[in-house]
Amino acid sequence: MLSLRRRDIVCQQAVELVTDYLEGALSRRDRRRFERHLRACPNCTGYLEQIKMTIELTGEIEPDDLSPRAKADLTELYRRWRSE
Amino acid sequence: MLVARYQQPMLRLARSMVPTQAVAEEVVQDTWMGVVRGIERFEGRASFKTWLYRILANRARSACPREHEHTPFESLHAVDPLRFDAQGQWADPLDRWTEESDDRLEAATWAPILKSGLDALPPRQREVVVLRDLEGLSSDEVCAVLGISGGNQRILLHRGRSRLREILEAELRKV
Repeated sequence: MLSLRRRDIVCQQAVELVTDYLEGALSRRDRRRFERHLRACPNCTGYLEQIKMTIELTGEIEPDDLSPRAKADLTELYRRWRSE
Repeated sequence: MLVARYQQPMLRLARSMVPTQAVAEEVVQDTWMGVVRGIERFEGRASFKTWLYRILANRARSACPREHEHTPFESLHAVDPLRFDAQGQWADPLDRWTEESDDRLEAATWAPILKSGLDALPPRQREVVVLRDLEGLSSDEVCAVLGISGGNQRILLHRGRSRLREILEAELRKV
């Protein structure tokens, strides 16, 4: 993603680093820059919170139910698999 | 119950890779057939789930080969550049979701919006977001299932999550 040449980063750069930050994929130097920016920037701190909340809400999505036919097929498959 | 445990996550992953529910069900069934017949051998190098999902992903791909991975809109920016001023700082303050809008962020309310948001993502982004954030796979597992690099995985995840945030933000502003 972005490479940071300057000492300080601006908001538009910070939002592009959020995922690498959460994934632990930033270099130590870039992570320090990112965290320094967050400390000084309530908007980007809020942005990071929004991303975390988005991840949380996405995790709450329930799977669609299988159709009865698919369920029956799978149960049958499983039964055969166990018996083989 | 192996099938009971994996069928729904598998269907969900299949659904994120193919255009219709019917095809997704076929892909899942086809995957189990492969497992039952022992065509794909589990060698214990990956976790069982990773192995199973990888078979599924391969089958979904061959069921619906993608000639072009194009979508009507794919932003390269996490946030619309118009939201920033000339210095790259936020032009307007960002809404705080945590303090004021906790009760508005009920999961049940937003699930349908996020679901349609997921459906609208470019396929690769959707696959990564589904596996990471819905199925809870690790980044290494996702790379193994989809056969992509760690860097590529992060870019797809970044774009997908950024887009979903944008969708939630737009909806929250309507409330």
